[in-house]
Amino acid sequence: MSNVKTVYKKSEGLSDFHLSYCPGCTHGVIHKLVAESLVELDLLDRTIGISSVGCSALNYDFFSCDMQQAAHGRAPAVATGIKRVKKDAIIFTYQGDGDLASIGIAEAIHAAARGENITIVFVNNAIYGMTGGQMAPTTLPGQITTTSQNGRDPETQGLPLKISELMATIPGATYVERVSVHDPKHVFKAKKALKKAFEIQRDKKGFSLIEFISTCPVNWGMTPKGAVDWAVDNLIPYYPLGVYKDKTEGIE
Amino acid sequence: MAKGRIIIDIDRCKGCALCISYCPVNILELDLTTTNERGYTPLMTNDKEKCIGCGFCAIMCPDSVITVEKFIKEAK
Repeated sequence: MSNVKTVYKKSEGLSDFHLSYCPGCTHGVIHKLVAESLVELDLLDRTIGISSVGCSALNYDFFSCDMQQAAHGRAPAVATGIKRVKKDAIIFTYQGDGDLASIGIAEAIHAAARGENITIVFVNNAIYGMTGGQMAPTTLPGQITTTSQNGRDPETQGLPLKISELMATIPGATYVERVSVHDPKHVFKAKKALKKAFEIQRDKKGFSLIEFISTCPVNWGMTPKGAVDWAVDNLIPYYPLGVYKDKTEGIE
Repeated sequence: MAKGRIIIDIDRCKGCALCISYCPVNILELDLTTTNERGYTPLMTNDKEKCIGCGFCAIMCPDSVITVEKFIKEAK
């Protein structure tokens, strides 16, 4: 005789909407981790997510918590406002590299500088996905995009911004970690980091940012697995994984 | 005998095949004989008996297509 135990199913934190992302985009994996973390910490009921502009602009339909859409790059400012009115709410923003690292970098830095008690989920796929694959501040040197057709030239376009390292230098930030979702082991690690960030917010310990190394198979011109492998070989060496700041453990 | 099984929500699947490359027992493939309601080639299993219920496919699936169940033997 044997019993059946469900070991994995779609999280209650996600709605029944079909995700609008391209096949194989790891945005979906990151959505699952956010939803699962909130459900496992029993925080979903009092969570308000802030969706940004970019591929993730439609994610107010995908999470089953309350969501608010913000203007391009302004998610941390909107999060600050909501958090100050509803102090017991758990607030996360979900931003890509076009939203956070370029147009919205001022909001992100100042939210961290003020030590706002919010969590930023930052998805870095080294390209502007929604608008068709233009060069982003996080595009690697030599990487070919529609606006850097001979590859990004550091002479004229500079070197990519390392957001986690940058945010870790801000005194107001409490927890900054960079994670990846390229295999099941790293997915577990990423979930642990995300849960820690939400716990820090729940315990009112301050600002947290989790950077995810993600993929963009369509605009990189690769298969989904090929894109994951390219991220492991190229993105992770430039953007090393790890904890960049953790005031609760004394890592600065 | 299979140690677990997967249940595939065929109409959510986008046929990205990411799960296939993470299956340790190589029992996943795309069902090239059909398309789902959104026009994608969906996932299928080719040897249900080999499934170990590890859940790697479901963890890596971006679209929450896969539900994983494990068979647990009752203690005698």
